[in-house]
Amino acid sequence: MNGPFSLPRRAPRKVTQPKVTLAHGGGGTAMRDLIEDVFLETFSGAGHAAPEDQARFDLSALAAQGDRLAFTTDAFVVDPLFFPGGDIGKLAVCGTINDLAVGGARPVALSCAVIIEEGLPLETLRAVVASMARTAAEAGVVIVTGDTKVVARGACDKLFLTTTGIGVVRTGLDVGIAKGRPGDVVLVNGLLGDHGAAILNARGDLALETPIESDCAPLHDLVATLIAAAPGIRMMRDATRGGVAAVLNELAEASGVGVRIRETDVPLRPEVNGFCEILGLDPLYLANEGKLVAVVPPEEAEAALAAVRAHLLGREAAIIGRLAAERPGRVVMETRFGGERIVDMLVGDQLPRIC
Amino acid sequence: MCLGIPGRIVAIADEDAMLAVVDVSGVRRTVDVVCVAQEGEPLEALIGVWVLVHVGFAMSRIDEEEAAATLKVLAEIGEMEGELDAMRTGSVAPLAPAN
Amino acid sequence: MRFVDEFRDPALAAALIREIGTICATLGRAKDDPVTVMEVCGGHTHAIFRYGLEGLLPDLIEFVHGPGCPVCVLPMGRVDDCVAIAERPEVIFATFGDAMRVPGSRKSLLQAKADGADVRMVYSPLDALELARRNPDREVVFFGLGFETTMPSTALTVQRAARERITNFSLFCNHITIIPTLRALLEQPDFGIDGFIGPGHVSMVIGTAPYRFIAEEFRKPLVVAGFEPIDLLQSLLMILRQMAAGEARIENQYARVVPERGNPSALRAVEEVYEPRPTFEWRGLGSIERSGVRLREPYAAFDAERRFAVPDVKVADPAACRCGEVLTGAVKPWACPVFGTTCTPEMPLGALMVSSEGACAAYYQYGGLRGAA
Repeated sequence: MNGPFSLPRRAPRKVTQPKVTLAHGGGGTAMRDLIEDVFLETFSGAGHAAPEDQARFDLSALAAQGDRLAFTTDAFVVDPLFFPGGDIGKLAVCGTINDLAVGGARPVALSCAVIIEEGLPLETLRAVVASMARTAAEAGVVIVTGDTKVVARGACDKLFLTTTGIGVVRTGLDVGIAKGRPGDVVLVNGLLGDHGAAILNARGDLALETPIESDCAPLHDLVATLIAAAPGIRMMRDATRGGVAAVLNELAEASGVGVRIRETDVPLRPEVNGFCEILGLDPLYLANEGKLVAVVPPEEAEAALAAVRAHLLGREAAIIGRLAAERPGRVVMETRFGGERIVDMLVGDQLPRIC
Repeated sequence: MCLGIPGRIVAIADEDAMLAVVDVSGVRRTVDVVCVAQEGEPLEALIGVWVLVHVGFAMSRIDEEEAAATLKVLAEIGEMEGELDAMRTGSVAPLAPAN
Repeated sequence: MRFVDEFRDPALAAALIREIGTICATLGRAKDDPVTVMEVCGGHTHAIFRYGLEGLLPDLIEFVHGPGCPVCVLPMGRVDDCVAIAERPEVIFATFGDAMRVPGSRKSLLQAKADGADVRMVYSPLDALELARRNPDREVVFFGLGFETTMPSTALTVQRAARERITNFSLFCNHITIIPTLRALLEQPDFGIDGFIGPGHVSMVIGTAPYRFIAEEFRKPLVVAGFEPIDLLQSLLMILRQMAAGEARIENQYARVVPERGNPSALRAVEEVYEPRPTFEWRGLGSIERSGVRLREPYAAFDAERRFAVPDVKVADPAACRCGEVLTGAVKPWACPVFGTTCTPEMPLGALMVSSEGACAAYYQYGGLRGAA
């Protein structure tokens, strides 16, 4: 535009307001400043490429890494935003990396959509974004595109994140929930229930003091180790909402097998056990964010367990059970002294059982 | 109903309000100790005592002698001492469901 | 965990089960006429399923899951009342997690929360009182629920509120008492239970004397039991030994926690704060005289029922449900025509499908390995 009123276009500025306002989502310079200053700087560092509406990938480079593309998305609405062992940003990056990894894919890139409630302190947003960037960098994946929306107070709760990820599936590797066979061995990579207990407690209504921290971690490197040790691996799932119980039930149903686990073999932190005893919860249903369930053929079980245990994120790994032809579709737990009970899916959230 | 679990009193939170801190496997919670305090005894005396905790209240002192007595009776049932040892060392097959 | 793990020892369990089998064989009972033992308390029901005890015992023994789950026996009309209170804009409604899903005739607390009611899940009534301290401009109502175990905790909380002159705290009292209920069960004409596993944590408050009438008038053994699997097995053995000797006594297996006299401080608080209601309605069982309590006059200011108008409408139990018969042991859960069909944990119709401690929900969830599976 020419004319007496035209001004030179200004360069994006640092955001100095203490709180996010609706103006930051309005499509004008305030939004541009927010995206440049808070997101682009943090995700890509200074001197990033000109922002486009999409990330572009060199197909031949991707194709060299495997034979299929894996694609996944996940929304994160955790309350509180910061909790012992992590925060919503770390969770969003790890969650999507893990969803790719358990499909046998090497994660390549993530996108991040952010919905911000107006009034969110900018400091909070910066901390979450920094945590995302740090987690992604440590995991060796890049956050390549994203979107920001600001909504009116009450239209969302502080901050919601959606991360989408792509990865490349290792050539020839075919894992799946329906691939379990009788005789296969079920293993987990460590102590269960930490994340669920940490979050429930961080909400504060229960007024319990615990040293329990979320186990939130990216599992792709562990998965690589596991696959190398057990190339015949049948299935992997990260045991998030619904816990190990939900994964095992899906496995039993999809594979048409019975799953038999032993209570004494389920690895639990004593504090998580205590937490569950106090509240009448079952740790098998608590969420995990750094734990996976893997099913491997019996002849590879020992090697798989040894490899996982040698990894930093698998030191407390354990074989918790086996698949069987009997009772297809059911998960049966051998209790501590030889009794049996069925581990079913829950209807909804697990509620503390007190009175 | 009536979920209660054993915990150990590890600190006094508020002497006047009769509140103490109880530890259950490393998880701590402030509980009301009115029901387990003894008249004329300072609350400090409760530190180290095992109590049964229900909805934030210490409801009973756990009697360690009674617990030991119960376990002794159990150990004497049948002539199972040898059997127990055998089972713990794995030389007897574990239980299978009766049906 | 101390005082827990010792009572989960599989080797001990094996020895107990063998001994139970031996005594059972001497009682002259048959598969179609098994020894029936009622565990009164929902916590025991939960433990029996959690550890898979039923599958380990001889066929000649059958557990009957009694009425001791306060969430299950709460009548629909009372749930409607509590939803009505929770939906008032000035109210923060604090409850134990168990009660969130119990259906009223309109909705559950969970649904009321979804519709905008401020419902908070707490671990202790003390936490509800703390909510009142922190929110002086709101009315905090605690959902008082449970038998004698929980009664002292709410009584002491109300007394604490009175002492601190906290005026925005009140209790919606639905406490119920076990003794009148046991008597009502025993007085049913065809009540065929051979013996009782007594509620351990109720007994740590009330002691063992109140059960004497069960042995003296009705000639049934009762053994107060702890909640670990070894506790339950030992209690069962104690009942069988009484039966074999032709005796009916009240025994205490849970002496490490239950003093014979109960807890005098707890009983004093209960006595000071509560008085019996002339009658109280139980879901599945109907009205039972003097089986519920309410706040005494000096504590009227803390009584949510007097503070807020509630609909107070009786709602009949769904006709198809056979909850009452399941509770008294007359039929097994899967014999009920709606079990697992129109009555499931997702959409409970009857009382016993509501809480995980209800007999039907426990069978459904853990798949009663004997009958229903």
